[in-house]
Amino acid sequence: MKFPALFGRIAFSTLAALIGAAFALPLLWFLFAPFNARAELGLAIPDPFTLSNFNTVFGNGFAMQALWNSLIQAVGGVILVGAAATLAAYALSRSSIPGKGAVTYILLLFSSVVSGSAAMVPIFLIISAAGLMDTHLAVILTFAGGLLPTAMFILRDFIDSIPKSYEESAMVAGASPVQAFFDVALPVIRPGIVVIVVWSFVNIWGSFLIPFILLRSSANMPAAVAIYSFYSEAGTPVVTLLAAYSLIYSLPVVALYLFVSWRFGFRFFGGIKA
Amino acid sequence: MTTEPITTEAKKVRNFSLLSNRAGAAFLTPAGLLVSVFVIVPFFWVIFVSFTNRTLLGRTALNPEFVGLANYLALFDPATFFQRGQFGFSLILTTQFVLASALIGQALLGLLLAWLIQTVPPWIKRLTETFVIAAWILPEVVIGFAWFAFLDRDAGTLNMMLNAIGLPSGDFLLDQPFWVIVVFNTWRGAAFSMMLFNSAFSSIPPSYFQAADVAGATSWQKFRDIAVPLIRGHIVTNLILITMWTFNTFTPFLLTNGGPSYRTELVSIYNYRVAFQDFQFGKGAAVGVIMMLINLAFALVYLSIGRKKKAPGT
Repeated sequence: MKFPALFGRIAFSTLAALIGAAFALPLLWFLFAPFNARAELGLAIPDPFTLSNFNTVFGNGFAMQALWNSLIQAVGGVILVGAAATLAAYALSRSSIPGKGAVTYILLLFSSVVSGSAAMVPIFLIISAAGLMDTHLAVILTFAGGLLPTAMFILRDFIDSIPKSYEESAMVAGASPVQAFFDVALPVIRPGIVVIVVWSFVNIWGSFLIPFILLRSSANMPAAVAIYSFYSEAGTPVVTLLAAYSLIYSLPVVALYLFVSWRFGFRFFGGIKA
Repeated sequence: MTTEPITTEAKKVRNFSLLSNRAGAAFLTPAGLLVSVFVIVPFFWVIFVSFTNRTLLGRTALNPEFVGLANYLALFDPATFFQRGQFGFSLILTTQFVLASALIGQALLGLLLAWLIQTVPPWIKRLTETFVIAAWILPEVVIGFAWFAFLDRDAGTLNMMLNAIGLPSGDFLLDQPFWVIVVFNTWRGAAFSMMLFNSAFSSIPPSYFQAADVAGATSWQKFRDIAVPLIRGHIVTNLILITMWTFNTFTPFLLTNGGPSYRTELVSIYNYRVAFQDFQFGKGAAVGVIMMLINLAFALVYLSIGRKKKAPGT
């Protein structure tokens, strides 16, 4: 009975490889075009291989400004989400506030009901009423509010799994609860914080809809929106610029993914995507 | 409610509650404020706005009037409901999109991939996983442009390959826009299902499969009679999550702009067009309310399953 087993293995491997190849196909162009000075929408091996497209991107003020804006918004959002989620998750795990369970349930419910595409009108109106239209802060706050519930749940589960005895012994030794949090708990929670920080960064960095609605001036546009304007408004896309720019813009996401999968295994990265 | 203060105090000491209620409340405040303003307030505000004739520009931008159910009646007007570019058309299109790309495309492909990579050589597993996950993690605008190039009528990779095997080129974005976004969304999201099912499969004790091997079971029999029944809970969870995400996704906009002639206008894109291109905020808000009600139905099912699973202690 060895032959059918071997045959089955080959068939499985071939099928898996074929599906993998099918997934790779739409991205192939994207691997070659950035290094081709005459890149068009067709697939072509760069001849000669060149980095001139990247020089063009680095020389383009609007493109570089957009990357910088993405960084401001993602880092701003990450700091807010990281700090607020850590504090809140710690309180949900370690204090005995009445109604904790109900609050958790309601937050979970609201966070899955109020999606960006369903709530674009009220989000626009709130930002507009707050006088924050077309500012980095508008994007930062909106993302922080939207990502916080999920970040809190991931972190609360993480903190629940840490024995209370760490902080208890610190408090027996005379530390105040706040000291026990900052000096004892925080260092232990750090891996959990890293996970939600990476997760929020990738989410804000890659999102299109919220900045597309809330920002107007090119001085504030993040790369996600700037890229889109490169090819839809100019009529014909500036393919060489776009290809190289897309690659640069994707690098942080890929780097963070590799970091998380190396450090924690990729199941952490999955979790729940907003 | 009935516990006296002293008992609560005693309990506190026994449990050595690490954070007093006051400190706990302070810790919760920043997150509570942000979530209230950007998640909970929008939920109620959108309901309120949906009963007004608020617009983005003009007189009613500042002084919207209460119009009762007018926005909802306009959305559900039977005379135009099913016409292209109207709400009904968009809702039906979205339903088909969710069925084809999430429930059939992503879930089945994810299940197949998760099963295949259990047995294939490690290098094939790693290579396949890399591309499937790349499709999922790359920023949506980049993916949108990559597909735009991939499908280009004259030079795109897909048509190049079709020509190479003697088939005629096609302008797929123009001729088959619905199937393009179905395949696009399947491709984009299969990684999540694959990873979820993969971790579900690896939680099954290997001895079950070894026993089946001894009995001479084929891979298909093991899949159907052992693996699938054991991960049924994961399958339900996965189906609900990917349904909600696909229902709310805006990404196809980056590939098709909702067109040509409204043929890929999912409800999220319809909502955007009504509110931000036609400037009818009241009507857009009504679309948002209906989307949230649909989300609510799915979320309640999901949470009730989560609770049931937790109850017996698993």
